[in-house]
Amino acid sequence: MIHTTEITKKYGKTTVLTIDNLEIPKGQSLGLVGNNGAGKTTFFNLLLDLIKPTTGKITTNGIQVNTSEDWKNFTGSFIDESFLIGYLTPEEYFYFVGELRGQNKADIDAFVKQFEEIFNDEILGKKKYLRDLSKGNQKKAGIIAALIGNPEVVILDEPFANLDPTTQIRLKQMLKELVENKDITVLISSHDLGHVTEVCERIVVLEKGIVIKDLKTSEATLKELEAHFAL
Amino acid sequence: MIKHFLNLEWKQYFRSQYWQRGIALKILMGFFALYFTVMFLAMGFGIFYILKKQFPDSDPFVTVTGFLFYWMLGDLVMRFFLQKLPVMTVKPLLTLPIKRSQVVNYVLGKSATSFFNILPLFAIIPFGAVLLNEGYKTNTVLVWVITLLLIVLIINFLNFIIESLSSKTSISFLPIVGIAGTLFALNHFNIVSFSSIISSGIMGIIENPMMIGVPILILIILYMYNYYILKSKLYIDSSVQDKIKEANTSELAWTRKFGDIAPFMQLDLKLLWRNKRAKSTLPMLAIGLLYGLFFYPQPMYQDKEFLYAFIGIFSTGIFLINFGQFIPAWDSSYYKMLMSQNFEYKQYLKSKFTLMSLSVVILFVLGIPYVYFGWKILIAHFAAAIYNIGVNTHVMMYGGTFNRKKINLDEKAAFNFQGTGAVQWIIGIPLMIIPMGIFALVNWLVNFELAIAILTGMGLIGIVLHQKLMTTITNRYLKVKYKMIEAFSQEN
Repeated sequence: MIHTTEITKKYGKTTVLTIDNLEIPKGQSLGLVGNNGAGKTTFFNLLLDLIKPTTGKITTNGIQVNTSEDWKNFTGSFIDESFLIGYLTPEEYFYFVGELRGQNKADIDAFVKQFEEIFNDEILGKKKYLRDLSKGNQKKAGIIAALIGNPEVVILDEPFANLDPTTQIRLKQMLKELVENKDITVLISSHDLGHVTEVCERIVVLEKGIVIKDLKTSEATLKELEAHFAL
Repeated sequence: MIKHFLNLEWKQYFRSQYWQRGIALKILMGFFALYFTVMFLAMGFGIFYILKKQFPDSDPFVTVTGFLFYWMLGDLVMRFFLQKLPVMTVKPLLTLPIKRSQVVNYVLGKSATSFFNILPLFAIIPFGAVLLNEGYKTNTVLVWVITLLLIVLIINFLNFIIESLSSKTSISFLPIVGIAGTLFALNHFNIVSFSSIISSGIMGIIENPMMIGVPILILIILYMYNYYILKSKLYIDSSVQDKIKEANTSELAWTRKFGDIAPFMQLDLKLLWRNKRAKSTLPMLAIGLLYGLFFYPQPMYQDKEFLYAFIGIFSTGIFLINFGQFIPAWDSSYYKMLMSQNFEYKQYLKSKFTLMSLSVVILFVLGIPYVYFGWKILIAHFAAAIYNIGVNTHVMMYGGTFNRKKINLDEKAAFNFQGTGAVQWIIGIPLMIIPMGIFALVNWLVNFELAIAILTGMGLIGIVLHQKLMTTITNRYLKVKYKMIEAFSQEN
């Protein structure tokens, strides 16, 4: 599904990301972990064509992301709050994204309904603009919006950060269900080793822009990661 | 402690984006400051002799004192728009061992050194010197100068109170304009003569210098009130609290008629309606629409046909100018998100184009009553409207590709230069100067009819080439996409 070949990203003379070859097959759920500055967000930004690669290319579904825009049809993403339109209510935001993804209001209403539990009655029908919601609630709205329109690729940067424990657990549950669907490729970055190993079947560890571990998740993975990062 | 504060501010100033902002703007501001200083100095030295010459029968000193009311009123209104309470980033300070009162006193004290308080000194002190030179009693002059200094400070602190009280209203400048207008009218029509109240007050102080306690008392009360307002604001929850307003949702179903650009049009309309900065373009519409009334009723402009094109472009294009100059910076805070969504850039731009063109049509229709001043005006406005739709919309959108400045939608708008760069100045050339120049030239060399025809023709060419121009502009936007994303994610 996603092929990364010989990609590098440099700012001036500093290289922030070097990935020779990373293949993510369709339906896989991949967790990206690494300390601050490891290159996780840079990778996601490259994947979404928000920054230009210095060398190399990324293709998803055979489409090279920085030459064609067709990948936008099947890619949903939430990187940070700058993905939200502050002066819309959550509903309006969902409708807007839905419309861009070919969903009508009724579709969106039905879609959003499934997430009632996660929203915990704090998001819908509150007559509040997104900019007035708490950081955690903003994040929830952004994550749900990324799932609108049956995307085949879902990219979430730090989905667990800023969320309260209950929501973290619910979100984890939701993501688990999502990755069971073998049509959807999910990419998540996280600092929470426990959550990410629980959700993802594959973990890639980045350090200073380089892939240093590529693990298939098993019982031992969490221990291994903890040992790695404890150093 | 003050040393620390000054140090912090020094760094904040020189490390801020502001400092790196276009040199042109800074030079312009510096020039303005210099200009006003010189003007005030000249006024301070000259006014005595000018008044003496113009009104030999009256004492210039008394005349000046009589006019102080107007100065106070004007100063207050001007400060409202231009002067802001010096802001400190207080949040990081709140948890440090610094007394809140220290922070507040510092902020208020610093406001006293503002340029707006220094500037009047350039007029007041020379005027005082002239008075002494002309043989007025030292006592009188001294008390007069001190009283005026107190008044300057009173205006300074009064302004902050007005600002903080009216910041909650949605169009914040209405109260001040209303109050100032009422006071002016009451005075002007001699219902209540504030001029004479104030001048006799000052004369009273001069006669009985003990009375200077009154302005001092007023100053202290105002200072205390400011202190009280500011101190209560030093809790972060108060600034969070009143921000939350109930959302009013609307369907805007009529935009559906525009087909696939409907979602973006809805977005743009909501943008205009729900954000402080964007909302301020709306009152401007009225100013633009009525702009012609400054010129047309006056006989001296009656036969100046070259002005028609300028006023036409301005009054039918006021929205286009205000809104267009910040495309796509209006969407800067969520530009990344838009760029990862599934839509064609052309739709996005087309929505902006439609909105701007619609505004031109509506403003032209609303401006039809100008025909009262002559049919030529109406025709010139029509030609200008066509030019606006055909040429200026495209110029605006093309100019937008050079926009690299983020706009913070929540910030107050009046005299907010955020997002302004050299682009906005340069773009004015094709936008206003070229059509006006061509119109004036042809009108002068040949005749009015041909000038109209050329202006209309240029507009029509633009309309015919619309699709082609859009493709070019869209490609240009796509080309600078990464640069824009990067620039828009920089906080100011």
